[in-house]
Amino acid sequence: MKRLRPLAQAASIAIHPLGVEELFGLFDPVFSRRQLRGVVTEVVRETPQSATIYFRPGYGWRTHKAGQWARIGVEINGVRHWRSYSISSAPGQHPSVTVTDIGEVSSTLVHNTRVGDVLFLAPAQGEFTLPEEARPLLMMTAGSGITPVMSMIRTLIPHQKTADVVLIHSARTEEDSLFVDELRALSAKFPGLRLIENFTGVGERFDMSTPAQLDAVCPDWRTRAAYVCGPEGFVSDAEALWTRSGTGAAGLTIERFHTELNAGEPGAGGLVTFELSDKEVEADGESTLLEIGEDAGILMPSGCRMGICHSCLTPLRAGQVRDLRTGEVHGEPGELIQTCVSAAAGSVNLGL
Amino acid sequence: MNPLATLQKKPTPPRIDTTSHAPQRDKREVRPGLLADKGSPAVRPPAAAHLSDEQVAELCKELDTIKSDILKRRGTEDAKYIRRVIRLQRYLEILGRGALILDGKNKAVWVAATAALASAKIIENMEIGHNVLHGQWDWMRDPDIHSTTWQWDFATPARSWQHTHNDLHHRWTNVLGKDKDVGFNLLRMDPAQEWTPVNLLNPVFNMVLAPFFEWGIAIYDLEIDLYLDGTKPKEVFMDDLKAFAKSGGSQIMKDFVVTPGLALATGAHKEAFLGTAAANLIRNLWAHSVIFCGHFPDGTETFTDEMVDGEARGDWYIRQMLGSSNISGSKFLHFMTGNLSHQVEHHLFPDLPSSRYGEIAPKVQEICERYGLPYNTGPLYKQVGSAWGKVFRLALP
Repeated sequence: MKRLRPLAQAASIAIHPLGVEELFGLFDPVFSRRQLRGVVTEVVRETPQSATIYFRPGYGWRTHKAGQWARIGVEINGVRHWRSYSISSAPGQHPSVTVTDIGEVSSTLVHNTRVGDVLFLAPAQGEFTLPEEARPLLMMTAGSGITPVMSMIRTLIPHQKTADVVLIHSARTEEDSLFVDELRALSAKFPGLRLIENFTGVGERFDMSTPAQLDAVCPDWRTRAAYVCGPEGFVSDAEALWTRSGTGAAGLTIERFHTELNAGEPGAGGLVTFELSDKEVEADGESTLLEIGEDAGILMPSGCRMGICHSCLTPLRAGQVRDLRTGEVHGEPGELIQTCVSAAAGSVNLGL
Repeated sequence: MNPLATLQKKPTPPRIDTTSHAPQRDKREVRPGLLADKGSPAVRPPAAAHLSDEQVAELCKELDTIKSDILKRRGTEDAKYIRRVIRLQRYLEILGRGALILDGKNKAVWVAATAALASAKIIENMEIGHNVLHGQWDWMRDPDIHSTTWQWDFATPARSWQHTHNDLHHRWTNVLGKDKDVGFNLLRMDPAQEWTPVNLLNPVFNMVLAPFFEWGIAIYDLEIDLYLDGTKPKEVFMDDLKAFAKSGGSQIMKDFVVTPGLALATGAHKEAFLGTAAANLIRNLWAHSVIFCGHFPDGTETFTDEMVDGEARGDWYIRQMLGSSNISGSKFLHFMTGNLSHQVEHHLFPDLPSSRYGEIAPKVQEICERYGLPYNTGPLYKQVGSAWGKVFRLALP
């Protein structure tokens, strides 16, 4: 594609203001000038509540490293919503995400995705990746925390004879456990993977308050490079164990599931952070964000000041706002909001 | 990485407000913002003088309900609609341009290709460009169909037009001295505008404006008058000028250099040139006619400063209704006007999806009747004739 760039530019002069991507986009939806896309090539049901979605990404997608995650955008009722998902496939295959039905976006992905659908993508990122040099690994996962680790295992186990991985995976029940069949098959076939399953619905939680249980199943855990991924409680328990046992959290690579949404409160007001201007202002719940910014001496884009011209659109980085015309509280990270008709509903970060 | 990251990499520089008309009073009043729900203008327009403040507030509520009803139902079907229109427009553009280049010498092909290209331009400017640039599709959060990213197939740059149109014209609809769309600084379109001898050329100006409409709009959007009297800062003016050179230059390159140039290969360069020229002419005449039907036919009213001073939301709605006029006709006509045939509904709710205007028009008309307000509508020939009548009549004192 790079070599064709000058040709593409010449062609776009003939079809201004369109770019060639827009023409190609008529025939293959992965083409777009502004938005990375992927077309769904396969949907595999993993458990009743989860599915793996494989997609063919468009130009601009870089091959991910095992363990990374990407933001995926889907349309719900015509509106685009974004969430982050770990990539479960090994690099080199069509990328895939394995999604568990929690929340509206995940639910749509799990239950309504069909082959041929278009997904919107942001490049894969994250530091939860395999060490540069081969060494014995310990992986501890809970729930869908297995997803990024699965990508690592698929990358490592079948291809590296010297691989030495202990995987301790917790799930509520066997049916809820993602990739259980594949993991069992891999560990049966390859001695490099030792699988320890822990079903909390039928037995005890894996006890990390003392090193005892870990010592029992994996005596050399202190010398292994450790990876932990799961819900907040699980990850912080592991962190505490490593710190207490003197091994230090340094040998531990962790990935947390985090929820970015912090629900707004109507009429609350809050601290408004103007990120680019590096200013913070306390706002009431009635003044428009435009006024708040202007009073703080920030050069705010604006036009009609009554919500009709859309020239005050500003990226919301965090928090939620209240539309002063309707009272509706709304906002997702990245959404462009009209500052002239929006008030802070709790703390708000703006990209200005 | 944000969903609209591409929109955020290059934030539009804040535009300096060159049109602060409010007198220097309290700080809040210098920045007139969200209109109040209560109150009334110093003088209510004659056509609405019979209404009490309470009745206006009631009317406001009824119109708000129409809007919130659409907002509630807006969704997948609307998104599909705009994407379908965009695809249609792109196919027409490629087919028209491609056919002119490949087989422009064949008369039947030339006619069909020119018609396809003219339609592509009309649909792009009206049902897509005008409406996307109003933010009617921003709710989809699709950076490909967004008021901050859309580049349209028109000589005037999208950003300049958004300023004079979305902000100034829609906020100050038909307020003399504030809304310069009344005559576009060129024509005398209201008896209250002072007559000068140059107005004798009204019909001549308009006859020249019509075939070159996109260039007239581009020059108008530069706001040369404001630059000359010092209200528009030089940097802003120069930026606008550069943007105009770029977008206008691209139009000329594409239609009059590259397309005929490619047709050299088939020997149809002359026909290709004539085809693109004809498509532009058709688009300009059509756009000019539709735009002139929006606010100029008989029965549309203009307003004075007293009629907006203290105006609350209800009176703002009333001003939009009194100042706009519709074109009646088929679904095809509405589509080809970008639903600007529903100018009244568009001015009430400039950021609702255009495809919904037809559905709410009967409700708006019914409200007008109930409150004793005129609802200006008529067939295309009548509205065009009426606007041109004004052009001729107001040439004289």
